[in-house]
Amino acid sequence: MHVVRLQSPNDFAEWRGHARQLLAVDLSPDEVEWRMQDDASGLLDSVEPPVVRQVDRPVGFVPRQFLDLAEQAICHSDPARFAVLYRLLWDLQRDRQLLANAASGDTGSLTKWVSAVHRDSHKMKAFVRFKSIADDSGLERYAAWFEPEHYTLEATAPFFARRFDGMIWAIVTPYRSAYWDGESLAFGPGGQRSDVPLDDAVEADWKTYFSSIFNPARLKVSMMKSEMPVKYWRNLPEAELIAPLIRGARQMEAEMIERTATQPPSRHLRQQARTPEAAEDSAEIASLAEARVAVQDCRRCPLHQNATQAVFGEGPEHAEVMFVGEQPGDQEDLAGKPFVGPAGKVLDAAVAKVGIDRSRVYVTNAVKHFKFEPRGKRRIHQRPDGGEVQACKFWLKLEIGFVKPKVIVALGATAAYSLLGKAATISKLRGSPITLDDGTLLFVTNHPSYLLRIPDADVKAREQAKFEADLTLVRDAIAGMYARR
Amino acid sequence: MTALTLRRKLAILSDAAKYDASCASSGSEKRNSAGTGGIGSTEGSGICHSYAPDGRCISLLKILLTNFCVYDCIYCVNRSSSNVARARFSVEEVVRLTLDFYKRNYIEGLFLSSGIIRSPDYTMEELVQVARSLREDYHFAGYIHLKIIPNAAPELLAEAGRWADRLSTNIEMPTDIGLQVLAPEKKPSEIRTAMARVRGKLDEAEPDKKARAKPPKFAPAGQSTQMIVGADAADDGAILNRAAGLYSGYRLRRVYYSAFSPIPDASSRLPLRPPPLMREHRLYQADWLIRFYGFDVPEIIAGGQDGLLDLNIDPKLAWALKSRARFPVDVNRADREMLLRVPGLGTRSIDRILSTRRHHRLRLDDVARIAGSIDKVRPFIEAADWNPGGLTDDHRLRARLTPEPEQLSLF
Repeated sequence: MHVVRLQSPNDFAEWRGHARQLLAVDLSPDEVEWRMQDDASGLLDSVEPPVVRQVDRPVGFVPRQFLDLAEQAICHSDPARFAVLYRLLWDLQRDRQLLANAASGDTGSLTKWVSAVHRDSHKMKAFVRFKSIADDSGLERYAAWFEPEHYTLEATAPFFARRFDGMIWAIVTPYRSAYWDGESLAFGPGGQRSDVPLDDAVEADWKTYFSSIFNPARLKVSMMKSEMPVKYWRNLPEAELIAPLIRGARQMEAEMIERTATQPPSRHLRQQARTPEAAEDSAEIASLAEARVAVQDCRRCPLHQNATQAVFGEGPEHAEVMFVGEQPGDQEDLAGKPFVGPAGKVLDAAVAKVGIDRSRVYVTNAVKHFKFEPRGKRRIHQRPDGGEVQACKFWLKLEIGFVKPKVIVALGATAAYSLLGKAATISKLRGSPITLDDGTLLFVTNHPSYLLRIPDADVKAREQAKFEADLTLVRDAIAGMYARR
Repeated sequence: MTALTLRRKLAILSDAAKYDASCASSGSEKRNSAGTGGIGSTEGSGICHSYAPDGRCISLLKILLTNFCVYDCIYCVNRSSSNVARARFSVEEVVRLTLDFYKRNYIEGLFLSSGIIRSPDYTMEELVQVARSLREDYHFAGYIHLKIIPNAAPELLAEAGRWADRLSTNIEMPTDIGLQVLAPEKKPSEIRTAMARVRGKLDEAEPDKKARAKPPKFAPAGQSTQMIVGADAADDGAILNRAAGLYSGYRLRRVYYSAFSPIPDASSRLPLRPPPLMREHRLYQADWLIRFYGFDVPEIIAGGQDGLLDLNIDPKLAWALKSRARFPVDVNRADREMLLRVPGLGTRSIDRILSTRRHHRLRLDDVARIAGSIDKVRPFIEAADWNPGGLTDDHRLRARLTPEPEQLSLF
């Protein structure tokens, strides 16, 4: 029997050096016993070990994955880890797929150890509690006592170095200690709990926080214990509060329920007196600006419940032309402005092309709230129904009343329906203006988003031309009005 | 009046903050203090530093800047008509507490909210100042979550996103009507406009593949919201519809559901009974199905009854039991979308099933090993050596898969 004595419980390089030598002389796992330096000697120690030389050549095959896992698994506290790792290394020389069979024997242990070490390291990141060390130097120094279940300090200390760069700190564990002086990380021998101060000035604040943030109406002790296992409690200052908090929870909850409202404080009454009653009567809307504010409170149809905000029209107060679309889309809903999305860009381009001065146009929609169906991460536009269009007519009428445009352009069937009060086909209405009761000229054409949805390039070009022709009529109508003036 | 000690303020202002459900500190950028002389780091996944006896993790110092508030939202312990003790931290006090706690490794960062005092802009400005001071004066690299005060100026919102990892605006109630009744001063459209603005900023900060210059960072952990469940009469359908609308509209990372919990000094218009924790749990499960399993709200609601989720079984099982015609699913042939609908199989199990079946046909044992537990899965799948036969349509299936009824507590 060959006995290997290791200096460190978790130094992968050390283990690897020994394992390479053993592999080089083809020593089977059955013939090797792995011990720590200070383990008691066994009976078999007297057996003469085979001569092993330093090797500086490759001695076998090992997948990358094994190295990664073994480096973590060696931090586990199971005394069998060195032997099992060597057996895995040995078996891997004969069966390269060994690690793929995750459920079996040594591979299973490896996986289990890796995850236990990972968890232990994670708990160290969470449950280390630094205590400040007061001295005369004016330097802030911190120390923590922690008892990891496995040999996880070395692998975890760099995390603390990255996190607490501007702090001088030490973490003392039973087997080793880590020190950070603000510049470099160093390790030393293990220590005892008494190496670290018992108290910390901020601890009482922390306990105050811990007990105040707890909601007694939601007591769930098993959940707490599974995430914060009791074995860590002895080094957590807040843990001593847990038992009394649990004991008092039911009574605290009962008291909360019983303590119904009392007389409100006088501060509240003063505040209420200051708050003006919101004016909701629509009859009082006297200007476009007032309408713009009032529309945000509109509840004439259910669409306000899911839309972000009402999107009111935009443009000069006395524009000659008013474009009326269907309803705001996704981007209009977010921005609170009409025609800022893709359809708006199509409209702007066409308007510029035919020579209408965009800055003299008022744009709005027949319906002011976005109607949609949520689908995953997107909102799919839905056409507003007749009731919604009718309900929103109130606002469109107000806009027309205040702006008093000479020409209105209905973009799409919904707008035409709202302005004419009846369903209509665009192809029948486009091409010549309709004179409304008050003398305004109404042109009807497609909604620009229609152009965006045509897949066939030829059809699209044709429809684009028709759209521009419609706008040209609008341009000429405005020019004609100027000429008459 | 004598001045309150810092500890007394901490007690008041953390007590006032405990009804906010979110405590997440994950999903942000990777960042640390190495070489800066400051402190703090975020490594993508957050760390829970402690757990309260209510089973909820303590990751962040979750406090209010002040619990004075000009609003009178009936469900809120801090409403202006309530007689709870009041306190107000100074900006410096919050900064000091955060650093002191962080240096002792008690916390992962700060979650700062506030009652509304003077004006939304004034309040938001104070919140922003805390974050700015932590980042600029102390090179703090830990996690910061700021609450957005609806109606605060867009410039303040932009600055908040510059310092904070996450921003949130609480939607509060599942329906606008509910909000109108319980929080008359809050306007739903203002809350949603704040979310829309955050979304706009998040979109702007998204790196453009073509552009070389990176846009300035904005709240790398995104935005979230919270909805109170059980304070009004809204059913689960209304709640989930609201959530689906919020996810699709504002790209939220999370919607938190907070079972309404009795508060001290509560109005008699509120249901004063223990919080509906199971309902809250089922809503989180349903939310998960919407975000990661391709379910839509009507399907999930169809699994329950009268617009409410089934409290006895999880929503996926409830849906499957009512959609048996779509089962069994062949684990060796079905596509990912259909596998995602099998009760007891999660996204990770499904990934492993899909990769394993490239090598060999899966037997029931293989599925059991992958899924961890097979009872719930068995009636809904076919495998190389398994066919559920009449089990799928057995009228006792529900009873078999439902946990034994528990004796109710006699308290």
